[in-house]
Amino acid sequence: MPQQLHYLKESPSQTAGPYVHIGLAPGAAGFDIYARELGRDIAGPNARGERIRVEGIGIDGTGSPVKDVLIEVWQANADGHYAHPEGGGPVEEGFRGWGRVITDFETGEWGFDTVKPGPTRGRNLGTQAPHLNLWLVARGINIGLNTRMYFGDEAEANAKDPVLNLIEWERRRATLIAPRTLRDGIPVYRFEIRLQGEDETVFFDI
Amino acid sequence: MTTPAEYYPRDRTWHPPALTPDYKTSVARSPRLPLISLQNSVSEITGPVFGHGDIDPLDRDLIHNYARPGEAAIGQRIILHGRVLDENARPVPNTLVEIWQANAGGRYRHRKDTYLAPIDPNFGGCGRTLTDETGYYYFRTIKPGAYPWRNWVNNWRPAHIHVSVFGAAFAQRLITQCYFEGDPLIRHCPIVQTIPDPRAIEQLTAALDLNATIPLDTIAYRFDIVLRGRRSTLFENRLEGN
Repeated sequence: MPQQLHYLKESPSQTAGPYVHIGLAPGAAGFDIYARELGRDIAGPNARGERIRVEGIGIDGTGSPVKDVLIEVWQANADGHYAHPEGGGPVEEGFRGWGRVITDFETGEWGFDTVKPGPTRGRNLGTQAPHLNLWLVARGINIGLNTRMYFGDEAEANAKDPVLNLIEWERRRATLIAPRTLRDGIPVYRFEIRLQGEDETVFFDI
Repeated sequence: MTTPAEYYPRDRTWHPPALTPDYKTSVARSPRLPLISLQNSVSEITGPVFGHGDIDPLDRDLIHNYARPGEAAIGQRIILHGRVLDENARPVPNTLVEIWQANAGGRYRHRKDTYLAPIDPNFGGCGRTLTDETGYYYFRTIKPGAYPWRNWVNNWRPAHIHVSVFGAAFAQRLITQCYFEGDPLIRHCPIVQTIPDPRAIEQLTAALDLNATIPLDTIAYRFDIVLRGRRSTLFENRLEGN
């Protein structure tokens, strides 16, 4: 027998289940328990950069909307800095860059307001195109799904993005790029997440 | 340094796979194409930071955090406590732990839960706390009841508490469930059994902890949580490649 390594094993994941909303977003689910619900304000009042709205829907393998998903977003500020000791630089007071959103229980639509992030540092001196990191949990999802949303108006940066270029099937890259429209002067990006089937969204093992 | 130290890759054979047909809801909600493996960048090795200003000390006491003044939730009083560690057995300090659960009768305070067990007017069913500098956390709550759910005609969830943990990086983000030692429903539950390795199921089974009970008051269960560990940067990464 060689020496023992004594690493611990990561706790195995279990589904967030149908009632994740009362645990992680009780206020949004109509249940008033906490004075401060976390994750409602992603960018804070002082964030620089373009104010945007991101909206979407999740579609399951039968083509039906997923009406009980919870999504968390993690993003850099307009300077490409994350609000973290290793995040690449300072952020504005009140900028957390993290949020969580639940779907409308009837339609499956979700949406949040934030600022558009800047490009971030990539591996080995590279640069990553602006993107949002997303994490989805729901009933029927045994381990949270990681994906990224890129911005449709960043074609040049997207074409050079090291993560998009890692996706061997070029037509699948488009599943991560949200088109931009304007509504009442506010840029709106629409991101449809297809859990399986035609144009299945790219999910990452990060 | 050009590239930050990475987290150890997830052992996907230890976690449940996405497609687990005995848990029927997973069938239409599981990606059919493989995950794209991504080496960590700054986007994955960072994650949200929380502080004591974000939460209230009462949030960790589910017996009282939704109860009317002078009243308390009904059920077996328990302490749920433990440490959040990483795979290197180092504590994960100051990290947010959130829990949610059914009441003592097995009913959630959620508009989609229509089980006939009554709502407890003094029990909300969620709590949150931050680990201390040693990774330690504790909650006070009531032991949740088992309840039926629609999967096969006759499925019952074992008593469980849902647990959400952040760690220091988005790569460590985890949601799991805590079960209780000795519960005969564990081995019959299609959700528990999505986990392939019986040792991994044991890892989610809290142990009765008599040393931590408060005599004549509250019984205790110990539930340690392990998040992904991080590599040490012994040598600078090479610049070539991706």
